[in-house]
Amino acid sequence: MTTSVLKPYEARRSATGRLAALTAVNHKTIGLRWIVTAFAFFIAAGLLALTMVTQLSRAGLGLLSAEIYNQFFTMHGITMMFYFAVPIMLGLGLYFVPLMIGARAVVFPRLNAFAYWVYLFSGVGLWIALFLGRAPDAGWFSYTPLAGPNYSPGINVDLYALSIAFLEASNLAAAVILIITILKMRAPGMSINRMPVFVWSILIASLMIVFAMPSLMLATTMLALDRIVGTAFFRIPAGGTSFLWQHLFWFFGHPEVYIVAIPAFGMVSTLLPPFSRRRLVGYLPVVLSQVLIGIISFGLWVHHMFAGELSVLAMTFFAAASMSIAIPSGTQVFAWISTIWMGEKPRVKTAYLWAVGFIPMFVIGGITGIMVAAPPFDWQVHDSHFVTAHFHYVLIGGAVFPMMGMLTYWFPKMTGRLLDETLGRWSFWLAFTGFNVAFFTLHYTGLRGMPRRVHTYMGGQGWSTPMTVTWLGALLLGAGFAVTLINVLKSLARGERAGANPWEAGSLEWAVSSPPPAHNFDAIPAVNSRMPLWYDVAEGSERRGGYELPEQERLTVGTSTLDGEPEQRLLVAGPAIEPLLLAVAGAVALYGALISLWLVPVGALIGFIAIVLWNWPGRNRAKEQG
Amino acid sequence: MRVLDPAGPAAAAIANLWWVMFALSVIIFAGVMATLGIGIWGRRDGPKGRREQVGRHLVLIGGALVPAVVILGLIVYNTYISVDLEEPATASVLTVSVRANQWWWHVHYPDHDITSANEIHIPAGRSVTFEFTSDDVIHAFWVPQLQGKRDLMPDHVGHFWLQADEPGTYRGLCAEFCGMQHAKMQFLVIAHEPEAFRAWLEERKAPGPDLTDEEAIRGKEVFSEYGCGNCHAVGGTEATGELGPDLTTLASRRELGAGTLPNTRDHLAAWILNSQEFKRGNRMPPMPMPDEDLQDLLAYLETLR
Repeated sequence: MTTSVLKPYEARRSATGRLAALTAVNHKTIGLRWIVTAFAFFIAAGLLALTMVTQLSRAGLGLLSAEIYNQFFTMHGITMMFYFAVPIMLGLGLYFVPLMIGARAVVFPRLNAFAYWVYLFSGVGLWIALFLGRAPDAGWFSYTPLAGPNYSPGINVDLYALSIAFLEASNLAAAVILIITILKMRAPGMSINRMPVFVWSILIASLMIVFAMPSLMLATTMLALDRIVGTAFFRIPAGGTSFLWQHLFWFFGHPEVYIVAIPAFGMVSTLLPPFSRRRLVGYLPVVLSQVLIGIISFGLWVHHMFAGELSVLAMTFFAAASMSIAIPSGTQVFAWISTIWMGEKPRVKTAYLWAVGFIPMFVIGGITGIMVAAPPFDWQVHDSHFVTAHFHYVLIGGAVFPMMGMLTYWFPKMTGRLLDETLGRWSFWLAFTGFNVAFFTLHYTGLRGMPRRVHTYMGGQGWSTPMTVTWLGALLLGAGFAVTLINVLKSLARGERAGANPWEAGSLEWAVSSPPPAHNFDAIPAVNSRMPLWYDVAEGSERRGGYELPEQERLTVGTSTLDGEPEQRLLVAGPAIEPLLLAVAGAVALYGALISLWLVPVGALIGFIAIVLWNWPGRNRAKEQG
Repeated sequence: MRVLDPAGPAAAAIANLWWVMFALSVIIFAGVMATLGIGIWGRRDGPKGRREQVGRHLVLIGGALVPAVVILGLIVYNTYISVDLEEPATASVLTVSVRANQWWWHVHYPDHDITSANEIHIPAGRSVTFEFTSDDVIHAFWVPQLQGKRDLMPDHVGHFWLQADEPGTYRGLCAEFCGMQHAKMQFLVIAHEPEAFRAWLEERKAPGPDLTDEEAIRGKEVFSEYGCGNCHAVGGTEATGELGPDLTTLASRRELGAGTLPNTRDHLAAWILNSQEFKRGNRMPPMPMPDEDLQDLLAYLETLR
């Protein structure tokens, strides 16, 4: 019904030859690598968590020594926040944004490949360190002076500072790609107020990355310099300060959690309409809310420092700002409830379950967030497990649940097969139950006075029983995720084949085959509404046009930023080895500094060569190959 | 439920804030879930306009207006409590100076020139002010039943107060990750009736009685033979080390190793021989010694009240 306008095209391979895997730049190939790598890190960090919660399930258990436990909780935080949560959103964005906006590619395909390699190298570097017992162990937030050269003399925190600085380059590159792709490559007719809400959420998150990540890059670079070269940004005897790290880190750290959450909100806005057969209620309030959350989130960071020495005035300002974010959040929650309310009786599929299950979890997490935003209450529960419970509600309930729903929803588009519904339901209910058993209990444990980041505790404080309950819940949660993994593996091999639009959804990615051809769209579609497949293509209507482009070159259409008027044809770069070369150069320069400072100019030289080749005229003329 | 079992005015004010927020939370959560439930399962075959009308207003009323009102109220209440908690509840009768170290607490009473470690004695029913700093990394001082926590930063001297309404023993702990043994950096706050507190002060200030027990006299020599005084100070002797806890009042304390072990003769013996077994990475090296020396040393240490 919806695909008849598209001419059959021969599928083209993106890259050929023996080096195909190393030179690939197709946004779906790279996007899928981001997604799969992020899930691998999710599983790894999840296993760390299960080990830690087992250690804490009774008082005085000694499964892990203090040193190893401290590496575990540090790596759990680093991996989940830096190597899973943001990359999965970026990966889903890099794969699906071009499809949702009617484009054939992202705007800088080689930069996309570079960003992926950097992400992979920096993550693998840290995990090798963990296997060698040398992982960072000062927490994911790595406060100085503990993380400075005086109190963490080993290589552990050096690896943290360098890996994170390296990773930030990757995230910034991916963010820039997404911003410009979204602003300049939308299909003709897709004015900015017709963009899917998910695309809006990726745009906002990417803009936030551009403003927030530099603060972290600065902080980690300064930490690396203090440790390796002997500067005095944070070294107190030499004139540094301890508060400086906290401000720089949290100026990034608070927006970071919204960088993860805002795309998750976009996902919920995407998941509810198809199963309620009703377009999203309140597109404008929802988009404005996301923008507002993005902006306000930059004014909250001091709420992580309420236990420090701050004036009542400063604390009250940041408390009020922190609480005020409930207003745009609440607006979205009620837009979602209203969409369900005004829609037809829901078709309950697994993807829908994850989206609806998110709502109570996010509301609870938001409520406890308001509580900890009150400084006097935070003085009691800061650095206790009450806070751990709060942020797991908003991160797992508020971000991982929508992401699981989106995985289920988009799996057929990426692979051409549907996930099994029965396994999907088992996965959801195990995860939902296990999660609440584990983390609701943790609020209680925190109020009983149990601090965070402790490798063990004495008995007789009333913590053992609730921690055992949390442990059991965590096992259930892990089982729930494991069922999805089994579902993925089974469905890849034997899943029911999916057509182009198994959910009868309305956005453009459902107009192409499952999986999509390398070039996405035979003809760039013209768009007349927010849900093109629902409203543009009425029965028998000939309104859908398309922009065809010459086949001999890799071309897509560039349009104006606000109105989506076609302006230009854009050349899309083809396969290249330079992104990998530049990523290797970065790794040599950064990690090499730990071996010898002479490796830094060596890495820089390789990088220089890579950049020259990258830009060499005619070398990567976007002509079709083979 | 330490946080919700307050034993002083500061913790009580915070516990009240909790109960107000908790009550509001239950109402709000129930309301949102009821709306969601009606959204999913409610009847859709009634008069079309009615359901649409309610649905349309949900977004701005439920989502924006109600949160705005609730938050405004909370901010006002919260500001009131924050300002109220800035000043001690009653006039302060005592100042305690605490310096955090990896992984123990240096305690000093400047008005009385008493130095101790890991245990803080205060009079009940009156406010006590604190001066805080750290000798190394950032730590945090937290006594959940009495007051919120405060970070102790190495480049800053902070001020703080708390009050215990009744005599009792209150658990304190470090609440900012400070390295390998962050989990074993606990302390006790012991509140006395005012007269009992005065008596406690007098006992601590009195110079130690002359040693009469032979074992204890030999023990004092053992103490200097093994160089204990290089790290541990003992008031009124040549031992003036500041790297480890002050031992002047060791025998009167209830715990060893900042809450790692109860303070009994056997535990102290084991700790001296190899504290690394109980708190790996702590700054005290193993001190193996022949049992005769150990027994003498213990006899001496038992006189340090």
